[in-house]
Amino acid sequence: MSESCSLLHAALDDDDRVFEMADYQGPVARWCAGCGDHSVLTAAQRLLADEQLRPENTVFVSGIGCSSRFPHYMKTYGFHGIHGRALPVATGVKLQRPELDVFVVMGDGDCVSIGAAHWIHAIRYNVDMVALLLDNNIYGLTKKQTSPTTPQGYSSNTQPLGSWLPAMNPLEATLGVTNASFVAQTAEWVPAHLFATLKAAHAHRGFSFVRILQRCPHFTPDIFDQAVKDPNRVELLEHPEGIAAPGLEKLYTHRIRHDPADIHRARELAEDSSTVRLGLFFRDERRPRYEETRELPHHSAADKIEVLEEMFERYAV
Amino acid sequence: MAMKLPTVGETPAADREVRVRTVSDLSVEVVSDSGEGAQKCGQIFGAVSAKMGNGVWTVEIIPAEVEPPPRSPAGASGIRIRLGDTEVTNWGDETDVAVAFNEQVLLGRHRLGGLREGATVLLESMWKTHPDPDIQTQYRAGLEELQEAGYRIVEVPMEEQCLTVVDNPRRGKNMFALGMLSWMFERDLDRVREQIAQAFRKKAAAVTERNHRLLELGYAWAADHLGERWVVPTMDEDRPHLVMNGNEAVALGAVAAGLELAAMYPITPATSVSHMLGDVFHRFGGVVHQAEDEIAAAGVAIGASYAGKCSFTITSGPGMALKTEFLGLAIMAEIPLVVVDVQRGGPSTGLPTKVEQSDLLAALFGQPGDAPHVVVAPATIEECFHVMTTARRVAEALRTVVIVLSDANLATGVAPFPRPELLPAWQGGPPEILPVPDGMAPYQWDPRTGVSRRFLPGQAGGEHTVTGLAHDERSKVAYDSSINERASAMRSRKLAAFASTLLAPDVNGDAEGGDLLVVGWGSTKGAIEEAVSRARAEGLSVSSLHITFLSPLPPGLAQIFSRFRKVMTVEINYSDRKGDPFVTETNRRRGQLSWLLRGATLVDVDCWTRVMGEPLRPARIVEALRDHMPVAELAAAGAEVAEL
Repeated sequence: MSESCSLLHAALDDDDRVFEMADYQGPVARWCAGCGDHSVLTAAQRLLADEQLRPENTVFVSGIGCSSRFPHYMKTYGFHGIHGRALPVATGVKLQRPELDVFVVMGDGDCVSIGAAHWIHAIRYNVDMVALLLDNNIYGLTKKQTSPTTPQGYSSNTQPLGSWLPAMNPLEATLGVTNASFVAQTAEWVPAHLFATLKAAHAHRGFSFVRILQRCPHFTPDIFDQAVKDPNRVELLEHPEGIAAPGLEKLYTHRIRHDPADIHRARELAEDSSTVRLGLFFRDERRPRYEETRELPHHSAADKIEVLEEMFERYAV
Repeated sequence: MAMKLPTVGETPAADREVRVRTVSDLSVEVVSDSGEGAQKCGQIFGAVSAKMGNGVWTVEIIPAEVEPPPRSPAGASGIRIRLGDTEVTNWGDETDVAVAFNEQVLLGRHRLGGLREGATVLLESMWKTHPDPDIQTQYRAGLEELQEAGYRIVEVPMEEQCLTVVDNPRRGKNMFALGMLSWMFERDLDRVREQIAQAFRKKAAAVTERNHRLLELGYAWAADHLGERWVVPTMDEDRPHLVMNGNEAVALGAVAAGLELAAMYPITPATSVSHMLGDVFHRFGGVVHQAEDEIAAAGVAIGASYAGKCSFTITSGPGMALKTEFLGLAIMAEIPLVVVDVQRGGPSTGLPTKVEQSDLLAALFGQPGDAPHVVVAPATIEECFHVMTTARRVAEALRTVVIVLSDANLATGVAPFPRPELLPAWQGGPPEILPVPDGMAPYQWDPRTGVSRRFLPGQAGGEHTVTGLAHDERSKVAYDSSINERASAMRSRKLAAFASTLLAPDVNGDAEGGDLLVVGWGSTKGAIEEAVSRARAEGLSVSSLHITFLSPLPPGLAQIFSRFRKVMTVEINYSDRKGDPFVTETNRRRGQLSWLLRGATLVDVDCWTRVMGEPLRPARIVEALRDHMPVAELAAAGAEVAEL
C-alpha cells in the first residue's frame, strides 16, 4: 500500500508550497503560562518549517496528560490517544505508512510509568520516529501526584511526606535496551539546544528518544532551579558527531567531550545524575529498523486472488 | 442418527469372519499423551475421509500444558473425528471407536463421558508387561474399570509392532494407528499416503517414507487381527470443497478480505490464526506484528487503521479485557478496527484450550462509557472465512469496531465447506489520498445515519487531531456540553442505520410458530439444529433460530418470538438453574444471549446452558428440549425440583 501511495503522492507533488511556522500552528495552546510544553511546541513548529515538512504528511501522536494535548495545537495530522499508549499507535502508523513523518509526545507518567512496556519495546523496534519525553517530574493534569521521575523526598498529593523511592533515570533505562539508536537530553529553558536536539532527532533514521527536562509552573516550578539559575550546574556534551547549538558556548562553559558512538561512556554519563547533562548520549544509524523488515511490495487484488487460489489447493477436496 | 455399534472380536483368528457394517454416522477418537501425534493422525484421517466424500467434523482434545505428566487422565491429548453420510455440522455425542496409547488417557475420556456404551477401543497393550510394576498394576486396574463400563476392548501391541520400523515409537505410533483406522474404515490407502506426504511436506522425505511404512504396518496388522469394518456411505459432491479449521479459515478469510496488517500477542486458542498468517501473509504483502502485549497489539492495529486500510487484531477473552480501553478509543475516534475474539473458558485464565461462549456480554458492553460497535459471530467454519470480509467492510463503512466472536470449537474444528469463489471487490479499494475539499470536517456526520467520511494522513486540507476526548464535527475538544449528546447520538445512529440493512433470521423448522423456539449464536448452530431435527422426529414442536449479528440485533425477533409458546436460548456459558438455592426469577443469572434478548424483545426468554469445557452434544440438547417443552414444564410444576 505504501508504495502505491508514495507514487500517487509523487504524481500530486507539483505544488511549490512554502511553509511558514504559522502554517503549523493550530489553536492557542491551553497550557498554563510558564509551562515548558510551550517551548517544545514552538521548537517543533520551527523544526517543521525549517525542514519544510508537509503538514498533511506529518503526524503527532500522544497519550494522555498535559503534554499530550500537543497534537491539538499543531496544524498537522494528530492522534491524541489513551494514557501510556502513544508508542504502539505510532508504530502502527509507521508500519502502515512508512513515508509519514511521525512524532510522539509523551509525559513522564505516560512514557515511563503506565506506558513503560511500550517504551522499552519501542526502543528495541527502533521504528523511525521522534519520541519526545516531556519530563516535568510530576503528574500535572491530575494535580500533583508522584511520578517515577519525581526526585526522592519531593512532596506530592499522593506522597505528602516525599517520594519514597529514588527517581527513575529514563536515559539510563533507554541506553540499557538492546537496539537503542538515538538517545539525547535537552531542557525547555535552553531553546537553542532544544531546537538543535529536535533537529538531530528528526534527521536520525530510527527511534530517536529525546528527554526534555521541564518545569511545571504549578507543581514543580523549582525542580531544576539550580541548573536554570546557574549554568555551571549544566554540562553540555560536545563532539563533531554530537548536537551543535551555536551561541551556547559562552553561557555553558562546562562541557564534556563525548563521542556518541561510545555506548559504554554514554551509560556512565547518563547514570551520574549529580549534574544536568544536555546533548547527544548515543547514536547508531546502523541499528536495524523494524519497519524495514516489514516493508513489502504491493499486491493487486488479482495477484492476491491468484496466490490464495494456489493456497486453497492445499486444502482442496 | 448415531447407532450403537456391534462388537469387535477380541481374539484374532486366522479364519475369522470379517463383518462389514454400514452406518450413517460414527465418531472415532484417538487419544494419547501429549507429543505422541494423536492429532496428526486424526487430522489426516479426517482429511482423507472428507476427500472420499464423507461429511466430517474433527475436534481436537488439547490439554492446557505443552507436556502434561504422561499417563494421566487429565493429560489426555487427542482428536475426535465424526464421519457422516451427509454434511456433519458438529462433533456429535459420544465416541464409537477409540484408539488409545495408554489406559490412563482413555480413563480420562471415559470419566468425562466421552465414550459411548459398548464403544470399541483399541488399546496399546505394552503397559501390561511394563518393567515398572506400578504401571502394570495401573494398567490392570484401568482395564478392569473400562471393561466394567462395557467397552469392547482390543489390546494391540502397538509399541512392539512399531519397533520393527522405528527406534522411538513415540514418533510413529500415530501412523500405525492411522493404518488400523484406514483398514477399519476402508480408507483409500493411496489417498492416505498422499495426505501423509502433504502433512509432512516440511520434513525430510525419509519421514514421509517411514510414516508410509508404519501406515502399511498398522493396516496389515488390523487386516490380520480385527474382525469388524465399517462403511460410512459417501456423498456425491461435485462442488469443490476446502477442508480446514476455523482459525485457518479466519486467516485466509482475512487475506480474501484485503486485510493487510494483523497485530497480535500469543494467546490460546487464537494464536494459530497468526501462525497461519505468519506462514503466508507476506505472500500477499501482509504483515503479522507480534506486539509486546495485548494492549500494544490493539494500539498498533488502531494506528495502522488510522493511517490507512482497516487492520485487525486477534485475541481471546483475557486479551479482550486488556484491549478494552483501546476499543473505546477506536469507537470514540471512529477508527475502523476488526477484533477477532476466539473465545475460551473464563473468567480469568479459565479453560485456555476449551470452548465457551462467555464473552458475549463483555464484547457488547465491556467498554466503559457508551461505546456502540458491531459484534458478529460466525456459526460455521465457512462463516469464519467469510465473516472477515463482512467485518472489514462494516468497520470501514461505519468507522467503528467490529468484534468477531469465534470460539475454541470453531478454532480447532475441521470440516469441509464449499470452496469460495473469490472476488476482487472483497478486498476493498486503496485508501483515499486526494486533498480534502474546503469546508469538509473530519466528522461530518450524516444526521440520518451518523456516518461520516474519514480523512487519512496524506490528504492535504484534512489535517486534524483525532481524540478520545469528547469532540465536535471538526474533532475539536468539546467544551460545550451539548456536543457530547450530539456526538453520542451520531455514533449510536450508525448501529440503528446498519440494523435496518439486516434481514430477519430464518426459522429452522416452523416459521409460523409452535411450542418451543430455540435461539442460539456462534459455533453451537450445528449441534442445535441437529438436536432440533431429532426432537422434531420425536414429534416435538420445536424450531430454532440462529443469530449472526449480536450488535446490532437483526430486526423481526420480537415478532418471530411471539409465534412460539416458549423461547429459550442454548449456549455454552454459565446460568443459574431454576431451583438453585436462593435463585429467583428476578435474581437468576441467565445465559448471556437470553439476557440480551429479554432486554431487546421483552419476551421471557429462558435458557439452557452448560460450561463443560466441550462443545454441546446434540443428544444432551435434545434432553434439554424435552425438559423445556411448555407441556413438560407444566407437568413438572409442583413436582420436586429435578436433580441436575
